[in-house]
Amino acid sequence: MIQSFGWQSVQFLFHGLVWTVGLSLCTFVGGGIFGLLFAIARSLGPNWLRALVAGYIQLVQATPLLIVVFLSYYGLSFLGFYFPPLAAAAISLTIYATAFLADIWRGCIEAIPRTQWEAADALALSPFQRLRYVILPQAFQISLGPTVGFMVQIVKNTSVTALIGFVELTRAGQLLNNMTFQPFHVFLTVAAMYFVVCYPLSWWSEKLKERKHAGTAH
Amino acid sequence: MPALRIENLKKSYGNVPVLKGINLAVENGDVVAVIGRSGSGKSTMLRCINGLEPFQEGTIEVVGHKLDQSRANLRELRKEVGMVFQSYNLFPHLSVAENITLAPRVVKGLPRDEGSALVREVLSRVGLAEKADAYPDELSGGQQQRVAIARSLAMKPKVMLFDEVTSALDPELTGEVLKTIAQLAEAGMTMVLVTHEMGFARRVATRTVFMHQGTVWEEGKSEEIFTHPKTPELKNFIAPDLK
Repeated sequence: MIQSFGWQSVQFLFHGLVWTVGLSLCTFVGGGIFGLLFAIARSLGPNWLRALVAGYIQLVQATPLLIVVFLSYYGLSFLGFYFPPLAAAAISLTIYATAFLADIWRGCIEAIPRTQWEAADALALSPFQRLRYVILPQAFQISLGPTVGFMVQIVKNTSVTALIGFVELTRAGQLLNNMTFQPFHVFLTVAAMYFVVCYPLSWWSEKLKERKHAGTAH
Repeated sequence: MPALRIENLKKSYGNVPVLKGINLAVENGDVVAVIGRSGSGKSTMLRCINGLEPFQEGTIEVVGHKLDQSRANLRELRKEVGMVFQSYNLFPHLSVAENITLAPRVVKGLPRDEGSALVREVLSRVGLAEKADAYPDELSGGQQQRVAIARSLAMKPKVMLFDEVTSALDPELTGEVLKTIAQLAEAGMTMVLVTHEMGFARRVATRTVFMHQGTVWEEGKSEEIFTHPKTPELKNFIAPDLK
């Protein structure tokens, strides 16, 4: 059933793109929630918790994402927890994004000068209020550039879930190539679609970093 | 009852003692200048008073709130003690008005609609009524420091601590900050100032404490301390100012 690359193929790829974007958003939300909790635990928790989170971050950062994906999909099903590809993909990407976002945000929290913590303490703010009103808003501002930059990595890295059969953009490209045998048409279109999503994010990330350097703190 | 009482305060970093048993009582309305060489422990003592530095022994009591090494009561005590830092430490992401109202709102539950009256009141006391909507980085160092004083005043503290608050300012800006502090002193605010401004200490402080090697080496009425220093260490320390 060889067909030639045409409008229908683009539609097919676009469908894959929608899944790529959807999976990226899930990853960003999941990784964002856990990443924030882990970042706070890593920079402010008791020593045992800091060590635990640091261990997690190092372990995940030192493991290829593909292995995490295989472990969630094949490994867990071997243990009797079967996840469909979408769930396995979302879980493993969240594990991955959590580690990196926690590390990025920990750096941002620790970049806030000690004197800001002391000023909040001296005003009798509780540790939670100090974090909520003084530290996190400032850390948030400096985190915007690197965070948006990391979203580009998330979008591109969703492609490894093609290997467990999740039909996102890359997997859609593979399937289409098997039908059309026009790899240049197919994969250049795939690459263009990634570019259309990623380039604006990169551009935005750079803008946010410039704004920080320009020193407008508000 | 004194507004602030420090009893047998001892602190060390590892094996190095920095405070070797400080005793000090500050009466209501007193303005106490703390002078001494760098490393004499004066800033450390000040930072112990509101618990920014943990200490190993002794107690600190402010209007009935007693702080010891267990650090219970810490927030209750901090509500009564204002602190102004050498580097101002305003919150750069908040406007002047927000800097001032943050703690009264979240710590003391000040209703939102009373915020602007509070901002006007404390800003007028430091002579910056027109700067409520500015951000810290739009202000000069002296203005930032006066906002920091206003922020501290907004909590209606019983005692205010000043930690070398003019050390980062040029002489002109130093003048405007010292003037603000002098006005607070006249208004009866109880204050402890760690300072290198000897002239100011002599003029404004009712009492002066000379710290040396982690102890209160000599203390008394400011005029007395500066005109008739008893110990050779104090004589040496203030000698350049007596010429």
